Amino acid sequence: MIPEIGHFALILALSLALCQGILPLIGAHRGNVAMMSVARAAADGQLLFIAIAFACLTWSFLQSDFSVAYVASHSQLALPTVYKISAVWGAHEGSLLLWVLLMAGWTVAVGRFSRDLPAEFAARVLGVLGLLSTGFLLFTLLTSNPFLRLTPAPVDGADLNPLLQDPGLAIHPPLLYVGYVGFSVAFAFAIAAMLSGDLDQRWARWTRPWTTVAWLFLTIGIALGSWWAYYELGWGGWWFWDPVENASIMPWFMGTALIHSLAVTEKRGLFKSWTLLLAISAFSLSLLGTFLVRSGILVSVHAFATDPTRGYFILAFLGIVIVGALVLYAIRAPQLDSQAGFHLLSRETFLLLNNVLLVVAAAIVFYGTLTPLLYDVLRLGKISIGPPWFEFAMLLPLLPISLLIAVGMHSAWRAQAPKPLLQRLRLPALLAIAIGILVPGLIYGRFGLLVSIGTMAAFWIMFASLQEPWRSFRRAKGTPAITRAMLGMSVAHFGVGIFALGITLVSAFTVESDQAMQTGATVQNAGYSFELRELRDVQGPNYQAIEGRVEIRKDGEFVGEVRPQKRQYLVQQNWMTEAGIDAHWNRDLFIALGDQLGNDTWSVRIQYKPMIRFIWLGAFIMALGGLIAITDRRYRGGA
Amino acid sequence: MTPRRQRMLAVGLALGGIAIAAVLTLRALDDNMMFFIDVSDVVAGEYPADRNFRVGGLVVDGSVEREPGSLELRFRVTDLRCELPVRYTGVLPDLFREGQGVVAHGRMAGEGEFVADTILAKHDENYMAPEVAESLAEHVTEQTAGLRQGSGECNPQ
Repeated sequence: MIPEIGHFALILALSLALCQGILPLIGAHRGNVAMMSVARAAADGQLLFIAIAFACLTWSFLQSDFSVAYVASHSQLALPTVYKISAVWGAHEGSLLLWVLLMAGWTVAVGRFSRDLPAEFAARVLGVLGLLSTGFLLFTLLTSNPFLRLTPAPVDGADLNPLLQDPGLAIHPPLLYVGYVGFSVAFAFAIAAMLSGDLDQRWARWTRPWTTVAWLFLTIGIALGSWWAYYELGWGGWWFWDPVENASIMPWFMGTALIHSLAVTEKRGLFKSWTLLLAISAFSLSLLGTFLVRSGILVSVHAFATDPTRGYFILAFLGIVIVGALVLYAIRAPQLDSQAGFHLLSRETFLLLNNVLLVVAAAIVFYGTLTPLLYDVLRLGKISIGPPWFEFAMLLPLLPISLLIAVGMHSAWRAQAPKPLLQRLRLPALLAIAIGILVPGLIYGRFGLLVSIGTMAAFWIMFASLQEPWRSFRRAKGTPAITRAMLGMSVAHFGVGIFALGITLVSAFTVESDQAMQTGATVQNAGYSFELRELRDVQGPNYQAIEGRVEIRKDGEFVGEVRPQKRQYLVQQNWMTEAGIDAHWNRDLFIALGDQLGNDTWSVRIQYKPMIRFIWLGAFIMALGGLIAITDRRYRGGA
Repeated sequence: MTPRRQRMLAVGLALGGIAIAAVLTLRALDDNMMFFIDVSDVVAGEYPADRNFRVGGLVVDGSVEREPGSLELRFRVTDLRCELPVRYTGVLPDLFREGQGVVAHGRMAGEGEFVADTILAKHDENYMAPEVAESLAEHVTEQTAGLRQGSGECNPQ
């Protein structure tokens, strides 16, 4: 009964989405107020019914209703309650339901906060969101219905994939989705502007906070995913250039470019058509990511060919969205020309460079992700492209960006005189160069060109980001304080510096070793000694495990104790590595059990990872910067 | 700067950047692109001699031998037609088992042995790497259908 209510609620939501997608757009075209005012009510209703559907599916999971096929294949009686809830979005069907729920939530939020916008414009934005929502609801109902029944119902379910039974992965997809879906708002704003043909600086001011919110959630979502991969996959890496990860980083690069280009459009009325194009691409890449992950095409081009319904649906949807948006763009973009100019040395130029480099970064990831698919489709052979290629290729756009950020931040709009800029940046630059040359050698005992450049860039960004807030802090009475927008930018860029420092030092100074260890044996790694004290059996709620107790000492002094586990999940019989991590602000010691080599002897993976926390910390600081920026005075109170 | 020159600059920068990136990345791609090659083809000598590639198949039952006290091990991998000896030193993935599908990255050493630097086994009992599944399926079909004379048998180099 409950699942059927969910199913019906979803159908009702679809009808409302259709109303929301069609009537307001016609109303805005004809200037019909009644039709336009449908938008907000329809959006509220849509959210209500999708929330009911979501609650019904959650209920089925909590009740372990295995007559629902989706529950039966992704849960079991002994699964801890928190994972029964996270299992709702743990696989394809449920994650789509989460997607439409979040999309409805975003739409209602747009409806609430758009009351000061011109009525036609708000109606168009909500209408476009309604059309997108219609597409996703249709996709859910036609190809991926989570409420389908299974007869006869099994006694117990097949369990949730053990990899997903983890707090990090329970909250990672919702955050990531908030980001993905959030770009649909920027997309809707772009389409609405093109439909009305009216794109001025106010448009950019309305769009900016929404885009920033989407971006900050995407940032946190990606960072959490990376953190999860680090401690859960058992390899100690933090980014694997796996296609699924790539699918999330492409919209991130585009979204970051969009945020910066929106700044130019708002302040100077420039880059208008470019901003529109970025808004379209950021959302299209979110959709493409969904297509790659959800169609099965990554698992195999041929798996896609044998069950193509889902894939074709998303591909068709993707085609309509992208082609439609680009056709509209081709018609409207020429009218958006702007006459304002800027000097070669100006903030505009640096933001332009930022955009070009970020787009190049996204293009590289795109190329590396899709080339193996292309080879396979054309039957040129089955290739894989290794992480070393991505790591090298990413340096090309990202190294120049990290060197240019500081200069761009301190340049004025329109034209910047070279001398004052040089004066202002001289001290941070000199300090950064000194640190870049000395730190790697003094602390880690090894010099290297790339390490020095990376460290230098990181500190340069950090120092340059601190200058404005510092000046504001020490300002004379009566002079204006730093704006929230400026502060947010400084914080976010400081985060980039932290992030860059983390990556540089982890890539350069990680020490890894795989060892055979007997109980009682001691191994040295990176100045620490690791003693495997004992191995014992541990019983979990739905798994049994062998747990090692490893004592870590440095120069004889006790540092910590970790308990890495090798778990076997009872239902799926899968083995899983649960790493033991001794975390400290400036280094992680990562210990994972490999395989049993003999009596009391195991292969053990031991890694020393300096500054790895800075990678995620940097990402969180970037997101925090976004949060500060959207509280700026000028976004309050609308037009 | 006039809008026209502005646009020229933008386009010039974009094209220049993309061109440089494209040249450098394509050259690097050459070193990092690994082809998947059937075990039978490797045994027949059809593999790139001077670069890494991937092989995959089932780990032959009873073929895993460990060097006592070290992380070195040897096993054979089969595509159900030919078998290839593989040597690997390091920690194995969680799902490495005899009789299960596996993919190895590495290159051929002397004496027909494949030296792997990475071993991958997928995190799901039901799921086999698509390349492996396809390679196995091909040879199973050959054998059951008893196609051409001599096919279905291993033809070493």
